[in-house]
Amino acid sequence: MSSAKKFDVIGHARRRVDGRAKVTGQLRYADDLTLPRMLHAKLLRSPHPHALIEAIDIARARSHPGVQLVLTGRDFPVPFGIMPVSQDEYPLAPEHVRYVGDPVAAVIAQDEQAASEALKLIEVTYRALPTIATPEEALAHPETRIHDYGESGNIHRNQAFEFGDVEEALAQSDHVFEDVFFFEGSTHMPMEQHAALAASEGDGRFTLWSSTQNPHYLQRQLARVLQLPAAHIRVIACDNGGGFGGKCDPANHEMVVSKAALMLGRPVKICLTREEVFYLHRGRHPVLMKFRTGVTRDGKLTGMHLQTLLDGGGYGSHGPASTFYTGVLTPLTYELPRFKFEACRVFTNKPACGPKRGHGTPQPRFGQEVQLDKIAERLKLDPADLRLNMVTKANSLTASWLKIGSNGLAECIRQVVEGSGWRQKHGKLPEGRGVGIACSSYMCGAGVSIYWNKMPHSGVALTLDRSGQVTVFCGATEVGQGSDDVLAAIVAETLGISTKEVRCVTGDTGITPVDLGSYSSRVTIMMGNAALQAAGRARDMLVTAAAEQLEVLPASIVLSRGRVFAAGDAAKSMSFAEAVVYAETKFGTLGTVGSYTPPKPPGKFKAAGVGPSPAYSFSACVVEVEVDEHTGWINVPKVWIAHDIGRALNPLLARGQVIGGVYMGLGEALMEEQVFRRLPPKLSDALVHKIPSLLEYKSITSLDMPEVEVILVEDPDPNCPFGAKEVGQGPLLPVMPAVANAIFDAVGVRIDEVPITPEKVLRALQLKREGKNPRVGPERFPDVHYAEPVFVLPPGEGGDGNETKDHYKQAVNKVAERAVS
Amino acid sequence: MMRLPWFQFHAPTSVAEAARMLAGEGPRGMLIAGGTDLLPNMKRRQQTPATLISLARVEGLKKITNGSGLTLGAGLTLTEVVGTLAVREKYRGLWQAAAQVASPHLRNMGTLGGNLCLDTRCNYYNQNEDWREAIGYCMKKEGTTCWVATASKRCLAVSSTDTAPALIALGAKVRLVSSAGERELALASLYNNDGIDYLTRKPDEILTEVVLPGAGGWKSTYWKLRRRGSFDFPLLGVAAAVRAATDGTIEEARLVLGAVSSQPFLAGKASAFLVGKKLSDEVIAEAGTLAASRAKPMDNTDLDVYWRKEVVPSFVGYALREIRGDDMRALRMRIARQQL
Repeated sequence: MSSAKKFDVIGHARRRVDGRAKVTGQLRYADDLTLPRMLHAKLLRSPHPHALIEAIDIARARSHPGVQLVLTGRDFPVPFGIMPVSQDEYPLAPEHVRYVGDPVAAVIAQDEQAASEALKLIEVTYRALPTIATPEEALAHPETRIHDYGESGNIHRNQAFEFGDVEEALAQSDHVFEDVFFFEGSTHMPMEQHAALAASEGDGRFTLWSSTQNPHYLQRQLARVLQLPAAHIRVIACDNGGGFGGKCDPANHEMVVSKAALMLGRPVKICLTREEVFYLHRGRHPVLMKFRTGVTRDGKLTGMHLQTLLDGGGYGSHGPASTFYTGVLTPLTYELPRFKFEACRVFTNKPACGPKRGHGTPQPRFGQEVQLDKIAERLKLDPADLRLNMVTKANSLTASWLKIGSNGLAECIRQVVEGSGWRQKHGKLPEGRGVGIACSSYMCGAGVSIYWNKMPHSGVALTLDRSGQVTVFCGATEVGQGSDDVLAAIVAETLGISTKEVRCVTGDTGITPVDLGSYSSRVTIMMGNAALQAAGRARDMLVTAAAEQLEVLPASIVLSRGRVFAAGDAAKSMSFAEAVVYAETKFGTLGTVGSYTPPKPPGKFKAAGVGPSPAYSFSACVVEVEVDEHTGWINVPKVWIAHDIGRALNPLLARGQVIGGVYMGLGEALMEEQVFRRLPPKLSDALVHKIPSLLEYKSITSLDMPEVEVILVEDPDPNCPFGAKEVGQGPLLPVMPAVANAIFDAVGVRIDEVPITPEKVLRALQLKREGKNPRVGPERFPDVHYAEPVFVLPPGEGGDGNETKDHYKQAVNKVAERAVS
Repeated sequence: MMRLPWFQFHAPTSVAEAARMLAGEGPRGMLIAGGTDLLPNMKRRQQTPATLISLARVEGLKKITNGSGLTLGAGLTLTEVVGTLAVREKYRGLWQAAAQVASPHLRNMGTLGGNLCLDTRCNYYNQNEDWREAIGYCMKKEGTTCWVATASKRCLAVSSTDTAPALIALGAKVRLVSSAGERELALASLYNNDGIDYLTRKPDEILTEVVLPGAGGWKSTYWKLRRRGSFDFPLLGVAAAVRAATDGTIEEARLVLGAVSSQPFLAGKASAFLVGKKLSDEVIAEAGTLAASRAKPMDNTDLDVYWRKEVVPSFVGYALREIRGDDMRALRMRIARQQL
């Protein structure tokens, strides 16, 4: 893509296509929908963290006035789960409840009031089981099994990889840094609570409108649970009032209303309460991490051994993927010749964790970037220079076989250092003020689908008619991130029209080509490339017809600003609509399709599919903080962030995404925590979400939000439409470690965990005054029995991307031989 | 959505009529003004009155009267209190407190009287019914145990009103009207140190007015500790009102703490200590220490309980320094995230 090319739409700051409808309340969210004869559903949830259901009596509820149907686990014999390897949830728990809030029954009634009243009439007899509250307890009590599948005991997933001999690298390093970090769990907090409405179509088929990010996966799971052909199920993803990963999993309530609508032949709706959204969760995993990192005396990494322990909550969810993501993206930012990564996810009696913006990567990114700050301090190097001196290169392979394409990280660091006045500030501000820097990278779409197949990841269909109307169909889902705007912009640019002439029909499995969904920052790249192909094919037809009509060569035809004309001959021109008329005359009804399949990853070892992406975005962030030494109170006056976006299709929207990422990142850095209250075990076995409300679960308000200076670094990536990479998730990642590093610069204390609260800062300051290690964070990493790693030689050491099968046996033999000799 | 339970709704137009209705309903009835606290509580079933008697249409409850002091109708919304020039100019502490209650939307509905009568709060209590069922309920509603301190004989829910500490510091009285008559009492006497029985208001009384004495010679302020610049209830409220001679010697002082007990209370020793002294750094520090010894934060609201106790002297210091005339604008911005 030539950067000299002038674009009509791309790169111009525009109001997003759905902006006006959004702010004037014309958009219809799932809960806005009403159908004739509609009924309402409510879920009864377990009050026990861990129990077996001995009996459920629904007779009284069934006869409550207004009640139409009561469903229990017996009505749903088939389990589901987003990942094929973790089909461990039932729409309603048939016998085993695993957290306070686990749904056990549903009432469908004429209104919510009647349904709520009837819930109170359902009598459930539970037999309590021991409560597993923490990962440590999960490991210590394998006999109390939350699930009867997984690795063993309460270990859901164990994954281990080693790329080159890391112990050897560490032994040969000038320094080895060992640090333990903890990242507390947090939830997504979309403004819109999940809602779903199902309506039977009368012939065994039905439609489900839902606030979902992934209508395609939901359709597949509905087919599984309801034992219906997927083709009989139409899932329409309504505009989402935010998702952030919280609407990626198929959810209990979606199954329940679908089944009820089919059984009753009437539409059934549910809208979760805010408390229920906290219970459905699927948010950030709490992760304990240990980093052992070798460096040379001039600050180059030699090897890293990363261990993670994830608190998964009561169900699998995206857990297997989350577990991988606590390691696989670590080598993207800095040259790392050898890398070993061991991860373990355990079940606990809490709402299931899953994907939240950054999916599994903010936690290790926090640890890595804080540890780099410590390394820079010890080696007396500037933390920005330390990073700049070892950034990964464009068009390179990491030790873990990830293919990096374009790479603007160095430019991001330079710009954010320049913009923030880093050189005048770091280490130089008065006591109590400081700046911190951190970097990150994120993928532009997962390289493989959640279920194994070789088909396209995104499909787009385009129709044009004689009115000049262009309609574009795609399964991608608008969750607030602006995917419809991206789609309209790419089509409009290609056809030389404005976005107003493009109607987007998206996220409807009944009429749109398959797109895997709005997750893993995949939409701009995958949907965009598919749209580019479909629009290019339409453009070819218009050019052919117009050239014929204008009697010029097709190569000279230009489509721009609603006109189709011959370059250099102003007289030979027609409107876009006229061109469509000629094309429709020549070719018949006009329609094209496009699709996109990501490139094959270079790694060939087992599970090499997690981490590869068509492109990676990069970010660098500087945060300034003020810390009160008497109270530990933290203030963030300003944030500078540079994001390598490849190309900003709509800079206004891109900046909004960056600022949104900073907003969420600051919340996680400073206050957000999905935490639980365990009552004194002698008196109660309760384990409840401490603060399941918008008031008490603290996320920052507009008044707490600092000024954010956004720098978009544009280095177009050849794998991406117009060179555009992701922006929805990456900019969140560097914020949390940058805050922690800034606090160190301000007052010389290390907070090795998030959230970083005034109380922790004050505690660390007191330690400092007492001459002790001024650090607050986890003290130790538990003994986790990880699997034997998959050993793969890095590209730089002559590897071919395959596993070296007997590496460890050979190593053991070598040691044994040495011992014998 | 969480739904309200069924209830009867009455909208009287005079205090007398409202008082009659309230007396007639007995314990089945409750007053509702802005509803910003009561309605969410009803949805969560902390309160399930059979009848709500609305004060929204009652005449005279929004009256503002200037006399030797200032009388504010209890039905004034917090936004209206903040918008009252006399409050802003003469009763700064009240103005700062009212401006920091909840969020702009809630201040548009919530009233002064409502904020004074605000139910005590506790995060074992301010949860929906399912949640409370999961812990076996608590002493304040339907249960027997106080989970904050299981040995406690009384409920430890926290007084969370911002305006009460400010008004107590200013020496305010309140007028209570019932069908049997009316009385005026010092605002400080409206409260009990008991999370359940936190008001001395009788069930048939309506709080109609807040009566402020003249502000001549007084300076007042309010500092609120909360996690965020909006929404949050106080984790600590420090209200101070001081009358000093021209040379700065303090003649009268009231230092009041909120949100560190089941009632707002006058820090008596600290207040008495200030009298006869000038606000030097040392005096301010000592007053902070004295006041802090009275604060008993509990682990039933936001942030770490020990930390909340530790920062009391700092917040007392902010208040007294502001009264001394220090430029506190930058610090206020950092703490409150807004100019006050």
